[in-house]
Amino acid sequence: MFGNLSDRLQSTISKLRGTDKLTDDNIKEALREVKLALLEADVNLLIVKEFVNSIKKEVLGAEVEKGLDPGKQFIKLVHEKLVEIMGTNPEDINVKKGGLHKVMMVGLQGSGKTTTTGKIAKKFQDVNPLLVACDVYRPAAVDQLLTVAKRAGVTSFEKGTDHDPVTIAKEGLEKAKAGNHSLLMIDTAGRLQIDEKLMEELARMKEAIRPDDILLVIDSMTGQEAVRVAKTFDDTLGITGVVLTKVDGDARGGAALSIRKTIGKPIKYIGIGEKLDGLELFDPERMASRILGMGDVIGLIEKASMAMDEKTAKRMQRRMGSGDYNLVDFLQQLEMMKKMGPMEDLLKMIPGMAEMGGQFDGASKEMGKTLAIIQSMTTEERYNPSVLNASRRRRIAKGSGTTVQQINQLLRQFEQMKQMMKQFKKMGLMNPSKLMSGMGGKLPFKF
Amino acid sequence: MFSKWRKKKTDQLDSLAEEIAKESGESLLSDKKEEPSAKEGASWASRLTSGLSRTRNSWVSSIASVFGDGKLDEDKLEEFEDLLLQGDLGVEVTMELVDHLRQGWKDGKYKTVADIQESLKTKIQEELTLKISPLNLSESPFAVILMVGINGVGKTTTTAKITSLFQKLDKKCMLVACDTFRAGAVKQLETWGERLDVTVVKGKENEDPASVAFEGIKRAKQEKVDILIIDTAGRLHTQVNLMEEVKKISRVVEKALPGAPHETLMVIDSTTGQNAIEQAKVFNEALDLSGLVVTKLDGTAKGGVVVAIHRQLQIPIRFIGVGEQVNDLQNFNPEEFTEALFAI
Ligand SMILES: Nc1nc2c(ncn2[C@@H]2O[C@H](COP(=O)(O)OP(=O)(O)OP(=O)(O)O)[C@@H](O)[C@H]2O)c(=O)[nH]1
Ligand SMILES: [Mg+2]
Repeated sequence: MFGNLSDRLQSTISKLRGTDKLTDDNIKEALREVKLALLEADVNLLIVKEFVNSIKKEVLGAEVEKGLDPGKQFIKLVHEKLVEIMGTNPEDINVKKGGLHKVMMVGLQGSGKTTTTGKIAKKFQDVNPLLVACDVYRPAAVDQLLTVAKRAGVTSFEKGTDHDPVTIAKEGLEKAKAGNHSLLMIDTAGRLQIDEKLMEELARMKEAIRPDDILLVIDSMTGQEAVRVAKTFDDTLGITGVVLTKVDGDARGGAALSIRKTIGKPIKYIGIGEKLDGLELFDPERMASRILGMGDVIGLIEKASMAMDEKTAKRMQRRMGSGDYNLVDFLQQLEMMKKMGPMEDLLKMIPGMAEMGGQFDGASKEMGKTLAIIQSMTTEERYNPSVLNASRRRRIAKGSGTTVQQINQLLRQFEQMKQMMKQFKKMGLMNPSKLMSGMGGKLPFKF
Repeated sequence: MFSKWRKKKTDQLDSLAEEIAKESGESLLSDKKEEPSAKEGASWASRLTSGLSRTRNSWVSSIASVFGDGKLDEDKLEEFEDLLLQGDLGVEVTMELVDHLRQGWKDGKYKTVADIQESLKTKIQEELTLKISPLNLSESPFAVILMVGINGVGKTTTTAKITSLFQKLDKKCMLVACDTFRAGAVKQLETWGERLDVTVVKGKENEDPASVAFEGIKRAKQEKVDILIIDTAGRLHTQVNLMEEVKKISRVVEKALPGAPHETLMVIDSTTGQNAIEQAKVFNEALDLSGLVVTKLDGTAKGGVVVAIHRQLQIPIRFIGVGEQVNDLQNFNPEEFTEALFAI
């Protein structure tokens, strides 16, 4: 709605130019923008206030470094501070072959516990995990876990829905000990944190199992409520870590900041997509950028991987680097991109690009036109555009609902693009994953 | 927090049914009072009913007791601002409301905290009363309701609740399990189907959900039902192919029965923050939503983001969900919703 933080700070910060000291007065507006940006990202209000105060303390009276724009210095500080709160890069849960690592999965209804249980099990497949179905309340929850276990290729344990979940967990533990399992994952029912009776059930389970990890699973789209949820679960159970789910959506994920700041426990993993391989270690820096609205590389990669498999991607890359990249390749690529959704949305997901805002409006339409033009060509024409004489161009214009000028323009641009690709190849930029991680790490601030 | 709504629990679905019957001029059969889940045996039901704690009873009906009844100043206005932001109303709506209050205060229209509180409530209530049309229960030959939303928000549970509601109105229902993707999803709806004693049409695992929906319409025609409810898989609005899939379901339904789906309800979890606006926008563009259902209001989340959704997209809120059982469904009441926004 408001674009990202650096966009919002543009005007405020330009006023800072020329000052050599940041004072109460000249940063007031900038601080308010930070506050609003964080609120838009669903960071809890109290956390926002605290954060803004700490930023204020830090910058007040700070000398602006020589040669550095005060605005740039300010936003750099906000970003750094955010990363700092998010903690260091987390470690995997401490699973070892031969030992027995016990994990309890807890959280609100619908947050993604069962799917995450399956994802973690799949990740540690080689230590022979055992999944225990302790959700005896939601219809077919046991069934869901059994299916997930099967899909992950691991063993599961259930006792239907007529037993106390604590009893089921205990029996699961016995089975894990007896059966050479090195990872025990207990999937529990979703519950409201204010449901004392069900919270007490979890406390009893903890007592009985003595888990090494209690992971709180929270939806990344959670609003102001995140703080209360995290606090109550932590107070009752002493959780050891957090898993943030549905990160393939486009929520800013301010909940991550709220949770981390409130309970001080590490966010260990993020969940991306419904398939069982969608689990990644949490990356504080990437999350900080996302909360500030500075691009969503994860989402972009997820989209790209949905639209094409690795083999196609590799082939495409090879073709792009080759000297004879042609309109057939281009068409194929455009069609793939179209599958990924509106061009405007895709571009906004690239860090730095989002800042260019309105410039991309209409990109989809442009792409649609280009597609139509190439689709109206014969295969021969696509491979060898030099045969395109005036009458052929008129035919294509008619077929695609465009003009001959537009066709000329496209052909010109295509030639330029080919040249650019050769340049890229020389510079070693042709590997998309390298390109991506390069963009994701450090942020191209726009000042 | 929502204990006030919870208290009516035992008979809330009955009274909701009565309301709807009145609205639509239908008659309500009084011998339909039997609890649908009763035949499940005590074990299942009792485990849940007695569950919820009393913490929510500390419901404070008026913020005046917190803010005092004193004179207005900038600080007091900021406290209102905080309250709205904490209810997930979002920056835009909050700022607009508070600016309106500030103006009224400067113009001498409001003098005390109580004045402002009243004005705020009225204003939010006004926002929320747009365009709520009664449910159409007597579509011919039957009404089709399509349930959509992102993952885990409560679509399947709400499907069961709505079924139970219609049963109280003496309507014959049929369900369609279009979630052929998520593990256990079909079984989940089937379990509800057994408890409620309604037919559930299902497909094979990974079958195209649109063809399952088509089958559902066919069966509904044969068995002369009154209402067909289609439960779909959860999907993020950012997943283009899955949004195409649900559009296809809707298209196929329309082809099989012109005019259907008569209602497309999007379920929204009240714990969701500002992203819910984007979700609703994308779903609305894809499917032309007829209403929202806001779930999990039995928790402490206020669900304030629906104010922005309602305003931006002009979609009425059809029901609210206040628990995990079939009875935990209520009509959306702007007054109560607003009241609860201010509960601390
Ligand atoms: N407390 C509470 N829980 C609810 C409510 N509505 C649904 N739930 C719970 O939320 C969880 C998810 O509900 P489902 O109905 O399976 O949600 P869904 O949208 O169908 O989920 P998917 O099909 O997996 O996307 C279940 O544990 C439900 O019992 C509600 O109003 N209050
Ligand atoms: Mg479902």
